[in-house]
Amino acid sequence: MKVNGNVVIRAENISKLYRLGMIGSSTVVDDLSHIWNRIRGKSETLETNSKFNNKEDLWALKDINFEVKQGEVLGIIGRNGAGKSTLLKIISQITQPTSGEIRINGKVASLLEVGTGFHPELSGRDNIFLNGSILGMRKNEIKNKFDEIVDFSGVEKFIDTPVKRYSSGMYVRLAFAVAAHLEPEILIVDEVLAVGDAEFQNKCIGKMKDVSGQGRTVLFVSHNMGAVKSLCSKGLLLENGKIKYSNDDVNEVIKRYFKKKNDQEGQFTSGRYSNWEKVVIKEVTIRNQHDQITESFHIGDDLIIDLKFIAEEEVTSPHIGIAITWQSGAVSGADTMYDGTRTSTFKKGENILRLTFQKLPLLPNEYFLGIAMRTADGKTPLMESKTIGRFGIITRMKELGMDGTLAEEIAEQAVSPFIPYKWDFGDGNVQEFNILSKVKR
Amino acid sequence: MDKEHWTHIIKARSGWFDMQLSRLWDFRDLIFIFVKRDFSAIYKQTILGPTWHLVQPLMSSFIFSFTFAYIAKISTGGIPPILFYMSGIVPWSYFSDCTNRTAGTFISNAGMFGKVYFPRLIAPISVVISNLIKFCIQFVLFLVILIFYLFNDNEGVHPNLCVLFTPVLLSVMAILGMGIGLIVTSMTIRYRDLMNLVGFGVQLLMYLSPVIFPISMWPEKIRWIIYANPMTAIIETFRFGFLGTGTFDGFQLLYSVCVSFLIFFIGILVFNRVEKNFIDTI
Repeated sequence: MKVNGNVVIRAENISKLYRLGMIGSSTVVDDLSHIWNRIRGKSETLETNSKFNNKEDLWALKDINFEVKQGEVLGIIGRNGAGKSTLLKIISQITQPTSGEIRINGKVASLLEVGTGFHPELSGRDNIFLNGSILGMRKNEIKNKFDEIVDFSGVEKFIDTPVKRYSSGMYVRLAFAVAAHLEPEILIVDEVLAVGDAEFQNKCIGKMKDVSGQGRTVLFVSHNMGAVKSLCSKGLLLENGKIKYSNDDVNEVIKRYFKKKNDQEGQFTSGRYSNWEKVVIKEVTIRNQHDQITESFHIGDDLIIDLKFIAEEEVTSPHIGIAITWQSGAVSGADTMYDGTRTSTFKKGENILRLTFQKLPLLPNEYFLGIAMRTADGKTPLMESKTIGRFGIITRMKELGMDGTLAEEIAEQAVSPFIPYKWDFGDGNVQEFNILSKVKR
Repeated sequence: MDKEHWTHIIKARSGWFDMQLSRLWDFRDLIFIFVKRDFSAIYKQTILGPTWHLVQPLMSSFIFSFTFAYIAKISTGGIPPILFYMSGIVPWSYFSDCTNRTAGTFISNAGMFGKVYFPRLIAPISVVISNLIKFCIQFVLFLVILIFYLFNDNEGVHPNLCVLFTPVLLSVMAILGMGIGLIVTSMTIRYRDLMNLVGFGVQLLMYLSPVIFPISMWPEKIRWIIYANPMTAIIETFRFGFLGTGTFDGFQLLYSVCVSFLIFFIGILVFNRVEKNFIDTI
């Protein structure tokens, strides 16, 4: 079936193989024998060459197919190592695919990093020209936009100072300002918003929205689901180099991203960390108030954490803390050293604990759960403090009547101070905390 | 629309001759911005600035004059030693700078090449051009010294029409230096050791050229070695043109031009082959 003409990127069976064992370890002798075999006409393929053992082959991407139409904003999401960056590198022509083909229609500019090629000794002014040209702008184009760029960056006072004297924030602002004024037909952006302060991030997202509003195509990779949600129309979820899921509605893709996946992906850590640990987590399950096991929650849902753990010996009334954290630190949590709960004694062997955070007032973002345990006197740790899970709040602010242009981004930078919660030790020992209900008005 | 139009197709392997020269043209502004960066960044926060370019050939000429002409008593054919050595060192250092810096293309630009695409040849081309500026500064110094000797009635110095070859000589050196550099840089991806060898190799090549020892000093039997060096005819022609010493040999010059073009061509092919995937290996 022929698709209509405004497809601007079409990837067909893109695969990329990295031979881990090969990099840097081959010797002159290996190479010479390789060449010698070729000269003698011996076919030496990947499979037959025992030197390049399959064990060390890594398919960073395998049979990737997708299409992007003009004006679409495609969000590419996935865990670390899923192949997102490799895909962007191939589309940006930094490396070639091992097999497959990508057809592109239009001028591509890629922003895999801000400030590529910045020279520390040169002034901000010189670096605007340097970086702009590296990104594919013509000199006249930069000249015409120079004032706009400087204005956007907010460093006009220091424009003739070498950038090595800039603060890191100024550096990033200047770098992004150049990038923001590119006018390619296809823009490829990787994680650049992870830098800079909140206000500047908002400015960047606003600018990128403008770009896509002008009918240009954007490919956007980020771990920041809020940014993905607010920018992208379409989503692509990568997992272990393959497309796990794609949908024209980015929200569906984000939901899938937060769905519970198998333990091996590392966020859910069970098992022993160190020899000295007296308590070892065996299993962590996260569910909502409807008893569904999930990692995606809506604002106002209950977050129920079920822990199964093994105590090496009987522990009398230990202290337990479970924290909700996000990229910039702690958000909230439940801690017996804080609320004064006298916990039940852990018997030797398997114990269970359920903690319910009620009516999550958390704003859309990705959150992590961390745990720590200490003896009754609070002095000796019983386990290393560790991350035991993650979840995402996927409500769209717009659904709650927050209609501002930056609703999702601003929500993402806000943190709520207290979440009512309840402990339940499975033996009738239940204690509930909700400071809001106790406030007298 | 039943016929789709694509501006670019990214494929697993492209042929040896798929150079995309038109893209080089699209990025032509970048060449000059790199040149400007090279020139202004190196001498930031130095007192002498670009005059440092003058120190190197002057010092080398003094050292050579002292060791080879004064102590070892090697004849410079009636030419003042400073002038003789400088007429070798100035063009030679253009060649050696082009070679050495082109040889470092991949390693020194790995960070940038890993993050953004532009035709990789831009980097070595800009190196060759920025070295040309350095050459010009040194060349002016050479001319000043030459004129000084001409007016101080030194009968040995006879500039002649062969000076008109200078632009040709420069182009040949640029092509040769870049060609060798491109081959070396393509190999440094696999064998970093070459990075250390190239500086040494170029220096060795200098002793196999007439920069220090006039060809006439070489025993007839092994003179073919010096003639095999494509730089020999270039240095010799340059020196003959400006000082009138040595010989001008059209065949030798033609040989240099041919060898240089051949090496350049091989260099471009190899570089073009390697640039597309080098980031996975480096």
